[in-house]
Amino acid sequence: MAEIQDYVSTPKYETFSYLPPLTPEELRKQIAYIVAQGWNPGIEHVEPARAGIHYWYMWKLPMFGEQSIDVILKELEACHRAHPNNHVKLLGYDNYSQSLGTAFVVYRGR
Amino acid sequence: MAAAKKFEAGVKEYRQTYWMPDYTPLDSDILACFKIVPQAGVDREEAAAAVAAESSTGTWTTVWTDLLTDMDYYKGRAYRIEDVPGDDTAFFAFIAYPIDLFEEGSVVNVFTSLVGNVFGFKAIRSLRLEDIRFPLAYVKTCGGPPNGIQVERDLLKKYGRPLLGCTIKPKLGLSAKNYGRAVYEVLRGGLDFAKDDENINSQPFNRWRDRFNFVQDATLNAQAETGEVKGSYLNVTAPTFEQMMERAEYAKEIGAPIIMHDYITGGFTANTSLANWCRKNGMLLHIHRAMHAVLDRNPHHGIHFRVLTKILRLSGGDHLHSGTVVGKLEGDRAATLGWVDLMRESFIPEDRSRGIFFDQDWGSMPGVMPVASGGIHVWHMPALVAIFGDDSCLQFGGGTLGHPWGNAAGACANRVALEACVKARNEGRDVEKEGKDILTNAAKHSPELKIALETWKEIKFEFDTVDKLDVVNR
Repeated sequence: MAEIQDYVSTPKYETFSYLPPLTPEELRKQIAYIVAQGWNPGIEHVEPARAGIHYWYMWKLPMFGEQSIDVILKELEACHRAHPNNHVKLLGYDNYSQSLGTAFVVYRGR
Repeated sequence: MAAAKKFEAGVKEYRQTYWMPDYTPLDSDILACFKIVPQAGVDREEAAAAVAAESSTGTWTTVWTDLLTDMDYYKGRAYRIEDVPGDDTAFFAFIAYPIDLFEEGSVVNVFTSLVGNVFGFKAIRSLRLEDIRFPLAYVKTCGGPPNGIQVERDLLKKYGRPLLGCTIKPKLGLSAKNYGRAVYEVLRGGLDFAKDDENINSQPFNRWRDRFNFVQDATLNAQAETGEVKGSYLNVTAPTFEQMMERAEYAKEIGAPIIMHDYITGGFTANTSLANWCRKNGMLLHIHRAMHAVLDRNPHHGIHFRVLTKILRLSGGDHLHSGTVVGKLEGDRAATLGWVDLMRESFIPEDRSRGIFFDQDWGSMPGVMPVASGGIHVWHMPALVAIFGDDSCLQFGGGTLGHPWGNAAGACANRVALEACVKARNEGRDVEKEGKDILTNAAKHSPELKIALETWKEIKFEFDTVDKLDVVNR
């Protein structure tokens, strides 16, 4: 049995939460993907204890038509500074499917 | 006003009435493409007309009651004949049926005509229904998927990646409690769904109510541990409609988010009723397709799977097995992509290179999520992500449960591999070509994935496809 490892499950946050946190360069690439898909970036955040709910707090408004990766990154940082203990999630609104094209947690809360 | 006809008893050639090469199909017609191998001595036009007649208003002889109605309004019309590329024994016949030949919202009625008596007709050596175009006017009379892809994502809060599932194995023989253990382990390890195998209904070793209770307990606990929404397809396929509904109602009562049904063995009437019930009750519906290969695998006889796909989208289901292209079960890549489009998209243009014979407009009918399942493991992940994209459910049965450290580690390995492939795809990398690099890099942070990659390194299923698309010479 020595070669078998025990698996301990821990809280996860959906897409990309089974990977190590994205490096700044990796994050830029994921933001570029959202922009390239024609999706509208948006930011949400929530206290980790309430992460299971549907409606997290919306940070400002979705950034309709925003093309600049730097602008989107700055908003993510601003949201994180304002709510350092919260999960901060980046969304890509796909208005054709009327759903989200993607959503993943950028800053993992405490 | 046309002159009234006189009744003449006797047998006419079918072509006199049912072969109409000048006919332009109406937008409201139901169109069908059949692949026909006629008996020796029967020419193409007569064979095509015979199929049109026998699948609509005709019978072998003239009857006086034909003259009591407007046969020109109701008859099916063979309007085009084409060669089958690379196959001289067969030809394609295109037939148009007026929409009023069929009861509204009844895939059963459509099939009873189109794949009924005509398939046993003696003048035809073999017959295959290749495709059907359902006019939007008919689509609008059908309920369709109870929820659809977008609603399912919103309910599950899962975006930007394929969903992950696992069929519990051994497929038969586990007690309800041991079965629940296997479900709990795969869900806590990182899968979104566990799945009852299609053969699991309510056998003596595992009665449905016991299984539902243990599985729901497992689902809720895995959900609490991971903070992610989980589900397990509770198979409500049953010997009678009443028993099926009893199981569905009970699944709802205990709070299960998803149930499953086998739509061909269970029957299209039962499936449509169940889909309607799911729509009314906010229940997701996973559809299995046992028996499909009996109908769709022989290139010269039966019903093509793209037709069975359309029938299911109309009858109703949120998930449907599509084949994997890369796993242990039959499935040509281009053809599979064709019927995957038919499941998910709103409008699918004619594209013979994908086996699509007609434009198909689904209007606002929700999409069905294709499920890739059968003999797949982590090494297939890059190809699966590339082939199926985000709106799909990838199911690893043996590829999860066979992990040397158990189900949870196997599930985690698959989840890590999936997310690594999605991340790489979004970065603009060619995940199929760079699959090995992507997976081995991801394994540096995941001992579970590392072991999985070592375990399944040599397993491949490289057999030639039996049913190939008829687009190139064989």
